[in-house]
Amino acid sequence: MNALLTLLQGDKSAESVVPRTGYTAALTIACAAAMAFLAVFVLALALSAGRQAAEWEASLSDTATVRISAPAEMANVQADTVETILSQTPGIGGTRRLSDDEQALLLQPWFGSDLPVETLRLPILIDVTLTEDGPDVIGLRQRLAAEAPGAVYDDHGRWRAPMVDAAQGLRTLSLTALILIASVTGVTVALAASAAISANGQVIDVLRLVGAEDRYISRAFTRRFTLRTLAGAAAGAFLGLIAVALIPTVAGGGLASAVGFQGLEWIWPFLVPLAAAVLAFAATRAAAARRLKEAG
Amino acid sequence: MADPSAIELTSAAMSYSGRTLFRDVSLQLAPGSFHFLTGPSGAGKTTLIKLCYGELQPTEGRVTFFDDDTGHMDRDTIARLRRRIGVVHQDCRFIDHLSVAENILLPVTVSGGNIERARSDMNDLLGWVGLQALADHRPPELSGGERQRAALARAVILSPDIILADEPTGNVDWEMSLKILGLLIELNRLGKTVLCATHDMSLIRQAKTRVSSRVLRLRDGAVELAGAEL
Repeated sequence: MNALLTLLQGDKSAESVVPRTGYTAALTIACAAAMAFLAVFVLALALSAGRQAAEWEASLSDTATVRISAPAEMANVQADTVETILSQTPGIGGTRRLSDDEQALLLQPWFGSDLPVETLRLPILIDVTLTEDGPDVIGLRQRLAAEAPGAVYDDHGRWRAPMVDAAQGLRTLSLTALILIASVTGVTVALAASAAISANGQVIDVLRLVGAEDRYISRAFTRRFTLRTLAGAAAGAFLGLIAVALIPTVAGGGLASAVGFQGLEWIWPFLVPLAAAVLAFAATRAAAARRLKEAG
Repeated sequence: MADPSAIELTSAAMSYSGRTLFRDVSLQLAPGSFHFLTGPSGAGKTTLIKLCYGELQPTEGRVTFFDDDTGHMDRDTIARLRRRIGVVHQDCRFIDHLSVAENILLPVTVSGGNIERARSDMNDLLGWVGLQALADHRPPELSGGERQRAALARAVILSPDIILADEPTGNVDWEMSLKILGLLIELNRLGKTVLCATHDMSLIRQAKTRVSSRVLRLRDGAVELAGAEL
């Protein structure tokens, strides 16, 4: 921590002993910019995936549907029975029978808007709202089977779970990508720092000759590489934010339309350059320590 | 208790890739003494000088600075010790993108010393070595003699106890050699311990007329005290 504070305070004399030019400067800045750009994208994806998973989980976990498929003359009777049973069941917050128009709306994506619902034999659907504790699903199913044999209680688990799993998988994948981006950034900066240190062997010889300690020599390189990475990553993150903001929004487009940052999530992309700088600081320090040790 | 030797080598040996450069070398540089180190090319003069400021460690024996064994020191301790030792190499070893003044101030810079105060010392030193007009030049713009004098100014900016000079007159003409020798003698009169490696016997003879000095000769892997044959 002290080393980082010393670095932020700066030591112009230490920095000036290393020549400013060299391909490692451009390499470090370009790499940091590219990685920060990708990191902002992947962060947006990870946060959106997590948000979407939570949304799906929340929106579907407190509802259920009872579907009654029975001969026309029995369907309404069984629906009434189901509503009675549901009203008596602890854990059920409310019920609502879907009208023909609502069912037509549900089928619209597949059959179009001019579907003659009245000519089709559709099951009766009852939308069920659950309380926080929820019902005893096994007991409820048994009672429905006994008193309304055409009724099927669907807690949405069958299709809710894969969707939540998919969203969470996407988030895990995004976080893995973030770790890989951080690793590649660290390795690239460390390699660039090592190359710079090797290229400046004569400077290091002179510094040692006049009594420079390792930390002085290391600081000369660490500060420069940290600031270069910070500058490159800031530029990359800025471009990444613009790119994320330009992703077209599709109404009802699910995850694709939700990629971006919301509320406090906006802090994260601004932390990307800082994280890159801390990473560069650690990577350069380690590389410098290794090279100085090898040099003897 | 006697003053400790500034630098002491005890039964030091140095081998590279199976070849023994020298062996069983013992010598003491008393504070304030002036020694020349001579011998044919390849005898190990530069290696011995490097042992004297901790750049190399002997393969056998030990080297001490003011009674501290360098074999037990880490790199940073040796670095701090070098601030008490001014080194002048034949190739001078400058940082070429820094000015002469910045190079001379480098020992102060790396040791975290007061740069403003050191600037005044540096101006005095530039006058002493006759390089005031070249302070803002880059080292590659200097002649061989000017580089050697700038290296000498850098070596003494921290007022070290010991001056180690490795062939400081190797790349300069006779007139400049005498000038550099004069500067080393002046430093010795100020109480600095001087060890100067050179193969130039004329320079050594010239020096012996002006300063009390000993001549160590590296020959056949051993160090001997040279006598009247000089």
